[in-house]
Amino acid sequence: MNAVATPTASPPRRAATRHGASLANDVIAALATVMDPELDEPVTELGFVRSVALHPSGVTVHLRLPTSFCSPNFAYLMVSDAQDALRRVRGIGQVTVLLDDHHDSDKINAGIAADAGYLGTFGAEAEKSLDALRLTFLRKAHTAAMERCVMAALTSGSVRLEDLGRLTLRDLPAGRTKEALLRRRTDIGLGVAPSEPVVVDEHGVVVPDEELPLRLRLARSVRISIEGNAHFCRGLLATRYADGDATGITTHITDTRSTS
Amino acid sequence: MYEKNGERYYVVDAHVALWDGRESNLKNIHGKQFIDCFYDYHKNLSPEEVVWDYDTYTYYGGERLMKDLFADGYVDHAIFQPAFLGDFYRNGFGQTEEAWALTRANPDKLTYNHNFDPRNEQAGLDQLRRDADRFGLKGVKLYTAEWHGDSRGYKLTDRWSYKYLEACEELGITNIHIHKGPTIIPLDRDAFDVADIDAVATDFQGLNFVVEHCGLPRLEDFCWIATQETNVHAGLAVAIPFIHTRPRYFAQIMGELLYWIGEDKIQFSSDYALWTPKWLIEKFVDFEIPEDMTEYAPLTTTAKKKILGLNAAKMYDLDVPDELQVADAGEVGLEVAAGARESVLS
Repeated sequence: MNAVATPTASPPRRAATRHGASLANDVIAALATVMDPELDEPVTELGFVRSVALHPSGVTVHLRLPTSFCSPNFAYLMVSDAQDALRRVRGIGQVTVLLDDHHDSDKINAGIAADAGYLGTFGAEAEKSLDALRLTFLRKAHTAAMERCVMAALTSGSVRLEDLGRLTLRDLPAGRTKEALLRRRTDIGLGVAPSEPVVVDEHGVVVPDEELPLRLRLARSVRISIEGNAHFCRGLLATRYADGDATGITTHITDTRSTS
Repeated sequence: MYEKNGERYYVVDAHVALWDGRESNLKNIHGKQFIDCFYDYHKNLSPEEVVWDYDTYTYYGGERLMKDLFADGYVDHAIFQPAFLGDFYRNGFGQTEEAWALTRANPDKLTYNHNFDPRNEQAGLDQLRRDADRFGLKGVKLYTAEWHGDSRGYKLTDRWSYKYLEACEELGITNIHIHKGPTIIPLDRDAFDVADIDAVATDFQGLNFVVEHCGLPRLEDFCWIATQETNVHAGLAVAIPFIHTRPRYFAQIMGELLYWIGEDKIQFSSDYALWTPKWLIEKFVDFEIPEDMTEYAPLTTTAKKKILGLNAAKMYDLDVPDELQVADAGEVGLEVAAGARESVLS
């Protein structure tokens, strides 16, 4: 017996034309720039993009989340960011982004369709914009990225704990971990010049040596928290939409633009 | 009581429920969404062999509860932490009368905590006094993200919350269990923000604040405030089932909690019937921090005994047989990060 909400039947896959495939790639690439602010990962990698339908007048994208009760503010941010990203795709036409199976689906979908903005969507439930909330989580993402770089440097022996205060971006080996840190620094307005110190607070201020151990210890907690939430959300999404099979979480792409 | 390798553990399950999520009790679509969300948690994190069917999950009744907790589950004492959710369920989600009748029939095994909602203002405050008298309350369960008419949540720092907490101090309701969920007004703040717990923990030194699921998904913020406040404790509800699906992540959670708040302020709970206690207790007693995670201190047998039951027994003044106690009764008034005396990276 299984009465858990299951996905509606997905539309049949159609062979896309070359042009359609190229456009579909652009659409996916645009959606890949949309991050879950809490989990610090793209919605495409988290499996939150349920379907992409290219049709003669535009594109319709359905998003989904791990539970009906995921925070509505973050849900709104992802839907709104997806709409913004898709509107930047050349020749896309009309953009429609819909959130499925959420307790605030109707409210969010209506607000997004009307370009009502966050305050217009939630009315009295909201006080200010989501900028401050977004910044809080960008800062957490930076803290976690910084911790990963520092721990990698310490583990490899390229720096000693007592010299961490003098560690600069130049000293970090090239690679994904460093790239991630640079991206997060840019997100919160910090410089990315090679001479910039690595271990800084959210305003870019160098952490005093005596505070380094505690600050790093707290940074580790931030990183563990973000990673753990991502595990949990992935697992719940797979349970909700693919009966626990993570490989069953896919994006259904259809193209009815070019009839053959 | 659970016994393994000659060690005996007194077990308190500090967070259990007797709920009714059946269709007959649903008030609207949100009641259905809520129990479905619970069921997904259950299915996602339980070992396959202990997954229930959906119908059993929506309502299991007192007899099944007694069997799962006490006959099969090694639990010596369990504490009801009911969620009201009156906007989602006709007769509420937690079944007050049924749970209270079960508690009266098994007073040595069960403690009944009730709930309140400060948005009920004076009428709710009067009701709290009657409830304290009727149930002999030692604790309450608060769900700050509960929907209530047009409101989708409250803060512990709201004016009426303070009045209720003052009443708790006066009435001897010393154990305040707090659950945070994702919809709270205003929406542009972090709904899981635990800062209000920090404030009330400072202002109500006579109360214990047990933060359920140890502040997840804001573990780091929770650890930080728990370090500052001596009366803030961690409930392991929701965190502990990761022991099966994500043992390394569970090791990290335990490592963080032991470092920041210490083994004396962590309480086991299955969150029954989200999960059943038997497998959780068996796995927890067997659990060790993986050897390659050298950044964390080991999880000792003494710590396991405290977490599985002795910490909550102390908070609820339960009778623990002498032979099940540990020699180290625990430090009180610990004010710095419990592990901070060691080097951060050693």
